[in-house]
Amino acid sequence: MSRESKIWTAVMLTGLLALVVRAGFTTTGMGRAYVHVTQGPNGIVQEDEATYREYRQAVAANPAQTEYRFNLPRTIGIWAAAFFTLAIFSFLFRDNPIYKVSEAVLIGVSAAYWIVVGFWDVLVPNLIGKISPSMVQAWAIPGLSGADAVPKYIYLVPLALGVMLLTRLLPKGNWISRWPLAFIIGAFAGIQMLGYMHGDFLAQIRNSILPLVVVNAGAFDPWDSIRNTLIIVGVLCCLAYFFFSFEHTGVMGSASRVGVWFLMITFGASFGYTVMGRIALLAIRIEYLLDDWLWLIDPLQRR
Amino acid sequence: MSDFIIHQWWLLLIVLASFAPLAFKMVREGAENTLRELDRGWVFLLMLWAVLVPIYYIGVTGATLPEVPSALSQAVFDEIEKLKPGDPVLFSFDYDPASAGELAPMATALVKHCAEKKLKMYFIALWPVGAQMVDNTIDKVIKADFPQMVYGRDYVTLGYKSGNEGVIKVIVTNLRELYTTDSRGRSLNDIPMMQGIMNVQQMKLIINISAGYPGTKEWVQYAVTPYPDTIRLIAGSVGVQSPQLYPYIPRQLPGLLAAIKGAAEYERLVINKYGGPTPDPKYMEGLRRMGPQLIAHLLVIALIVVANVLYFTSRGRQRAR
Repeated sequence: MSRESKIWTAVMLTGLLALVVRAGFTTTGMGRAYVHVTQGPNGIVQEDEATYREYRQAVAANPAQTEYRFNLPRTIGIWAAAFFTLAIFSFLFRDNPIYKVSEAVLIGVSAAYWIVVGFWDVLVPNLIGKISPSMVQAWAIPGLSGADAVPKYIYLVPLALGVMLLTRLLPKGNWISRWPLAFIIGAFAGIQMLGYMHGDFLAQIRNSILPLVVVNAGAFDPWDSIRNTLIIVGVLCCLAYFFFSFEHTGVMGSASRVGVWFLMITFGASFGYTVMGRIALLAIRIEYLLDDWLWLIDPLQRR
Repeated sequence: MSDFIIHQWWLLLIVLASFAPLAFKMVREGAENTLRELDRGWVFLLMLWAVLVPIYYIGVTGATLPEVPSALSQAVFDEIEKLKPGDPVLFSFDYDPASAGELAPMATALVKHCAEKKLKMYFIALWPVGAQMVDNTIDKVIKADFPQMVYGRDYVTLGYKSGNEGVIKVIVTNLRELYTTDSRGRSLNDIPMMQGIMNVQQMKLIINISAGYPGTKEWVQYAVTPYPDTIRLIAGSVGVQSPQLYPYIPRQLPGLLAAIKGAAEYERLVINKYGGPTPDPKYMEGLRRMGPQLIAHLLVIALIVVANVLYFTSRGRQRAR
């Protein structure tokens, strides 16, 4: 074992020992989940999330109470989430088997979730529920009524197209899948083109037609005037940069150079926002580790 | 601050101890050489402490940074503020747990604001996990703090629908074509607040909380642009996507909460008006997360400056040779 490995093993074991001591041998504790157990009018037992503070107060009032309880499955969930968070972070040090396992678990869970969602939220309501509402009514969507409970056989067309897509998996006849694929691409391109033409291209031309001298309530507004001027200059200079029919010399060259500056400022703003977003993601994971798992902080006053 | 340092000395000790090997290396090989060949692991460690220590400090002391609302956050607030009690508002939760760190605080604040205004809230999701985000927010805000609000009368969850922008394109003219039941399988005809609601144009405001595609851009393209006189949209967006949305402001998008900063500003506005003397900490998530943002941004700036200084000094030396 190398010197570095020995140091890291010692650090990990110390951390593990500290966790065991804090979780099992201190009054503060850590990483436990509690539930509030109630019985509904139809006799179904319901478990709602409860805080450690509520549990402590209930026990102090009545040590024999069973309304607020420790919940093992949810506790395992907290520890599993903490473990996977640390496992994913371990990649920052170097690639390792724990990271690989966590990555595989994430992909597996995501794929399984998509399949379940695809069945219950797409196939059942959008296809089976349209072709055979009475069947779906019995086991999935009891609320189907009136006109929604009447079979709509036009939905056999998407069913046929869907089945044709699956022929891609066959060794012979997989050309059949090109027909529904062509339909999907054509429809998608049509919808997208319309959206972009209307929402972006035309609307953005309209949004760029601005007064250079802004008068608000009868008085000259210098800030809005400067803002509008900057927008117009920026749009024209950026367009000049992407206009390749003329050589970028003279006025055209100067405009395109200013356009590059505008583009750089835009990329800088995007980078700044991306950094902010990534720090927010890191912050929520660390907050989870310190609050929900280690119980070192309590910003929501739950304990 | 001094109290914090005295009581939490152990944390500062760990932070300082973690940089001991780097400090020894600097003494041994010189600061410039060490920084020039700095392993990226040290940058990660610096970032970890830059985020962790402020979270811990804010978690222990409860202190938050002052936030001055920007014009865009104020515009979002004003759009909701000018609605009357009972006005229908459509929420589209188009995000998942991966972006909840940025978007959940603004979702919480927006729903609280609408609940305080006694608006009728209709929840949909264009992302599969968006439906769970809706349930989380309802549990956190409406069920916890507004128990007088009744499902089906004051708020309804219509659940997730697949089809991305196709869903928007359909429901702006015919909501019933896609939504026949709510997320619990109950017929829309049996839900009191759905009576007379035939399409999204009947909503006084659409509030989209978006992490990407489909999201705010699609709502602008397929709902606001074709129906500019009947549909008004405000949005909360993740930072990565926000710069793409600025061109739509103000004509197609009157208000935007951009990233966690937008969430914090909006929380401040909601707390100032509806928070009372001791605001509930769950409505201050965004404000709390601005502490680590500040320190982490200062670190990024410092690293950029140091790297540039090293680059220009080494280039100057090469030229001198």
